[in-house]
Order: sequence, then structure tokens, then C-alpha cells
Amino acid sequence: MSGKHTLIDLSPGEAVAARAIALRYGNKPDALLEILHDLQEELGFIPEAALPALAKALNLSRAEVHGVVSFYHDYRRAPAGRHVIKVCRAEACQSMKGNELAALIERSLNITFGQTTADGAITVEATYCLGNCALAPAIMVDDKLIGRVDQAKFEKIAAECKA
Amino acid sequence: MIRVYVPRDSAARSVGADEVAAEIAKLADVQVIRNGSRGLLWLEPMIEVETAEGRIAYGPVGVEDVASLASSGFLTGGAHKLRLGNIEDHPYLKNQERLTFARCGITDPVSVDDYVAHGGFEGLKKSLALSGAAIVAEVAESGLRGRGGAGFPTGIKWKTVHDARAEQKYICCNADEGDSGTFADRMVMEGDPLMLVEGMTIAGIAVGATKGYAYIRSEYPDAIATMKQAISAAVAANWLGDNIQGTDKSFHLEVRRGAGAYICGEETAMLESLEGKRGMVRPKPPIPALEGLFGKPTVINNVLSFAAVPYILAKGGTAYKNYGMGRSRGTLPFQLAGNIKQGGLVEKAFGITLRQLVEGFGGGTFTGHPIRAIQVGGPLGAYVPVSQLDLPMDYESFAANGAMVGHGGIVVFDDSVDMAAQARFAMEFCAIESCGKCTPCRIGSTRGVEVIDRIVAGVERERNLELLTDLCQTMTDGSLCAMGGLTPMPVLSAVRHFAEDFDKPVQIAAE
Repeated sequence: MSGKHTLIDLSPGEAVAARAIALRYGNKPDALLEILHDLQEELGFIPEAALPALAKALNLSRAEVHGVVSFYHDYRRAPAGRHVIKVCRAEACQSMKGNELAALIERSLNITFGQTTADGAITVEATYCLGNCALAPAIMVDDKLIGRVDQAKFEKIAAECKA
Repeated sequence: MIRVYVPRDSAARSVGADEVAAEIAKLADVQVIRNGSRGLLWLEPMIEVETAEGRIAYGPVGVEDVASLASSGFLTGGAHKLRLGNIEDHPYLKNQERLTFARCGITDPVSVDDYVAHGGFEGLKKSLALSGAAIVAEVAESGLRGRGGAGFPTGIKWKTVHDARAEQKYICCNADEGDSGTFADRMVMEGDPLMLVEGMTIAGIAVGATKGYAYIRSEYPDAIATMKQAISAAVAANWLGDNIQGTDKSFHLEVRRGAGAYICGEETAMLESLEGKRGMVRPKPPIPALEGLFGKPTVINNVLSFAAVPYILAKGGTAYKNYGMGRSRGTLPFQLAGNIKQGGLVEKAFGITLRQLVEGFGGGTFTGHPIRAIQVGGPLGAYVPVSQLDLPMDYESFAANGAMVGHGGIVVFDDSVDMAAQARFAMEFCAIESCGKCTPCRIGSTRGVEVIDRIVAGVERERNLELLTDLCQTMTDGSLCAMGGLTPMPVLSAVRHFAEDFDKPVQIAAE
């Protein structure tokens, strides 16, 4: 841990976490997505300092790791709110007034998709299909799927998230 | 102890199954079993009580209903306004032909004992005594075609991998079920995951692969967790792992999570993703059967393809082939979704009409308004007008009408739908999810959104409609994979069947 010119040393804790997770997967480069998922679960996002650490551990270039992190919608580069609400914007939910629900959610939280409420409670994201197409419209609150969402249901969920 | 079944399927949980299960568990002398879903999703949470007269169902049950159910004696099948009777006699279920979904909703999904008691591992047991070539021949005999949407004959794919020479081969299950309107893969993985484990293991034995991956989309956390439990249970019971059931056959299975990229449902993008890379589509050839995962011969099949295999091996390819029509053999688990009154899973032999599914099983729209359009086969499938409701569900019949069966997802729209907006969304979705490797898809989709915007805005409508058709032709002919290649299908079907939506008076913005 010497030299202050590498990004690793800016946040050694993050690099250490990244290396520990990579090791758990035997430093295998094909496990990069799994490693990134685990890292995001642990830290809440993929910090910049993790990229060179992972590149070194997996024997990849930093550009390759950056390429993967930026390609997939799941990985976030900054912390999210305490709760993440994913709102399905795909066809089956559209057929059940999903677009109106999405607009209502944006109005109700006073943010647009991709943003976090000012109190840091809720990040709202668009997603394309949660596999609950017979009980549309659907949202996912953290890892919990919710079906047949209407205004009353959403407002109750939002209040619980903010509590 | 009286057994009460409350599904653990995430659709059931999405409308309160966990809360209902917890409430029922408080009752005396009750054992709550978390089963898969029967697929009558509009009745979820649907609970079942084991009685001498069979499993009596009640639904949809809310937490607030449990007290009144208890006082009506539901534990002995007592009368109640939510009582549905013996679930096996329910017409929605009774009129299906469930080969793949025969067990789903009946058993505890991760119990090997339950699975075996209901005919599980019969196919694998037979396969262990057969040569690889004999297994491949049985699958070929069944007429099974890839259930992911492309409909490629599974037997031919397996034979190619079987005949390839390599020190390592792989089995990859495409469980990146990203198409809107589809949830059958999810229901298999959450409701009968051991069937998928068995199907993939049979594939491994057939082609000589010892390692398999199930690539499951991250939007399905329950499916991921249940599959992992099922794999552990199968390993513990020696139906998976080294020397399966004391034979010299070995097969190892691992779950890998996707990361929110629709394109990874495309088989070569999925391979890239499984190798830890960006999900960029690979040009074909080489085909994955010869140069797939890590450059090795690889069987890639959809969840439903693998899930059909245990039945085929247990009962014989001919038994499976006896269902269906034309070159579409066997059954397809259709998924009734969107604006539909009785949404859920309906497994029927090919040949059933769209009308029988949507009006018969589905009972029409949820809103009660007339049906206007039905998107069949996911976001890349055509919008079918009401005039084509009598089309039989068959790969060839749909293709002849500019549509596709795909993965069997059926999304119903009522008369409030704006088809120009749906066409625009198809292009927009392609722009969001394109991997970016080929120009027709990456750029064409963005241009497509712009052209449709101009049409809706009334700017040179005729010329722009012509331009849209031309653009769609370029995307169809020039794209590397089905993402860009099939996005024109919903767009052009909307233009063709719902031309009036592209020719409305221009809306002046109110603001």
C-alpha cells in the first residue's frame, strides 16, 4: 500500500473488498459479473477504486473491467438510495396503464427515473420486465416483487420506504 | 397435521402469499407447504388444503380472509366465498395438456423426495443406461424445437455437439427470460427447478458435457435462489455431481446471474456474458454447437426446451410428438399476460388458436373493453389484430402471417392502446438494449424513433412512412442478430394492421 498515485490507495477499503470477493471466485475472469454483483451487494455500488483492483486480480485490463461495468444496467457507479424501486416499463405493464403508473410515481416522489429522492430514501429505476406480466403493472422494491400496483399501493410502499 | 399449500412463486408473493402463509401458520395443527404456482395467476394467492376429497383450493386469499376461512372450516374443505373446489377439476387446469408443467404447483419445488414421488428423475434414470447417441435420437424423435423462440430442432443441435470432438463441452441454459409477457421459465425455476436440473443433466450425458451453466437474469432473485437450492438438493441426493447414482456419468451445474441486459438472451451475447465480458453478439458462424462457451462445443437451450426433455426420455419421443400440429410438435406453455381477465400459464399442444387462449382461457380483457391488439412472442413479436384471432399457434402458421410464436408470451391490449406509441416503443426498446455491435440495430433503432415521431407529428407522413419501411428492411437484412433483425416485426405489424393510428390529426400540446 505505498505510493499515492494509484487509484487503489484513494479508497483502500474498497479495493480490499474487491480483491477478497475476486479471490472467493478463484480470481477467474469469467466470474466477473458475479464478482461485481457481490461487490455491489456489499458496498452498494461499484466504486472507481475497485476497477484497477479487479483488473489486477483477474488479469484483465482496466478497460475490460470498465467495459463490463458500464455495459450492464445493473451496476451503479454511485450509491443508490436506501431502497431501490424498479418500475416495469415493458409492454405487458403498458397494457395495464403502466405508463400512467410510471408518471404517477415520478410525480409522487418528485424525481425522474434514475434519480434518488432528496431524503436519500428511494432510488427509482426503469426496468424491462419483471416476469409478473399476468399481474401487471409490476414493480420491484429492493428484491420484493409487487403486482397489480395502483396509486394506493404505491403510496403505502413509498411511505414504508421513507419511514 | 393438516397440509395447506401456499405458493412461493414470486407472482403469488407479489400479491401477498408470504403474509397469507404466515397467518395460516398461526393456526393449530397446520403444516404450511410452500409449493410452486399452478399458474392460475389471477387467483393468487391461491391456497390449497389437502383433504380426503383431494386438494381444495381457495383464492385469491388476502391476510384479512384467513380468519373467516378458519371459521368456515376451510381446513376440512368448508364452504366459503373464495372456495374454488377441487383444484384438479378447475376448467382452466383441466383443459390443459400439461407435460412440462405436470408437477408445478403440486410439489415442494426443492424437495427431491417430492420430485421423485411425482415421476421425477425417471428420464435421467433411463438416460444413464443409454448411449449418448440413443438419447439424442430420442430427443430428435420427439420433434422438440427450441422453445426460446427460434424453433430450431433440438435433436439436430444436440447431435452436432455430440458428434463434435473436444476434451471439454458445455451445457448452457438460457434463463434470461427478458421478453415482456413471458414468465414460464421463471415458473419452472421457482416451481419445479429439479426438472430443469434433470433436463440439463440428460443433455450433458447425451453430448458428453460434464459442466453446465444456468444463466438467470438478475430480475429474478427468487428463481436464482430456488435454482441454487434445487442444485444443492440434487447434489446431496447424488442426482447431480460426480458419479451420478453410482454410474460413471458426472455433471456439474452452476448458476450465473445476468446483470440487466436484454441482449444477453441472445445466445452468443449470453456466451460472452458467461465468459465475464460485455454482452456483445458474436457473428455466426462459427455456431455455438461447435465453438461456444470458451470456444468449446456447447448446447444452448431455453429453460422450456430442457424442461421438456425429462418427459421425452421418460415417456418416449413418440409420446411427445403425438401432441401438436404440422412441424410444431409437443406442447407449449403459453403465458397469458397484460390486459387479460384470467392471466396465467396455459400449457397446450400446438394448434390451439389465439382466440381459444385469449377468450377461452383468458376470458377477454381485464378492463372489460374489447381486445384491439395482441402482441405474441415478446417485444420482437408482431402485434396481431383481432381479425387474426383464429390463427393456430404453430411456428409456420404464424411465420406465414408475418408474426411469430416465440416463447409463447401473449400480451393483450384493449381498445385504449395507441399503436403508433407501441411501434415507437419497439424502436426505443431496441435503442436502449442494443449491444451496439452492428450499425442497423444501434443506429437504425434511434432513427426509427425519430421517423415515427415525425409521422405522429404529421411531418411528411407519406414520405416518412416509406422511409420507416425502408429502414425496417435495412434492419431486418443487415442486423447481426434477432434484436435488430426482428424489431421491425412489431413496428411493421402496427403500421400494417393499425394504419389509422399513424394517421391521426396532430395533437397540439396543451402546455
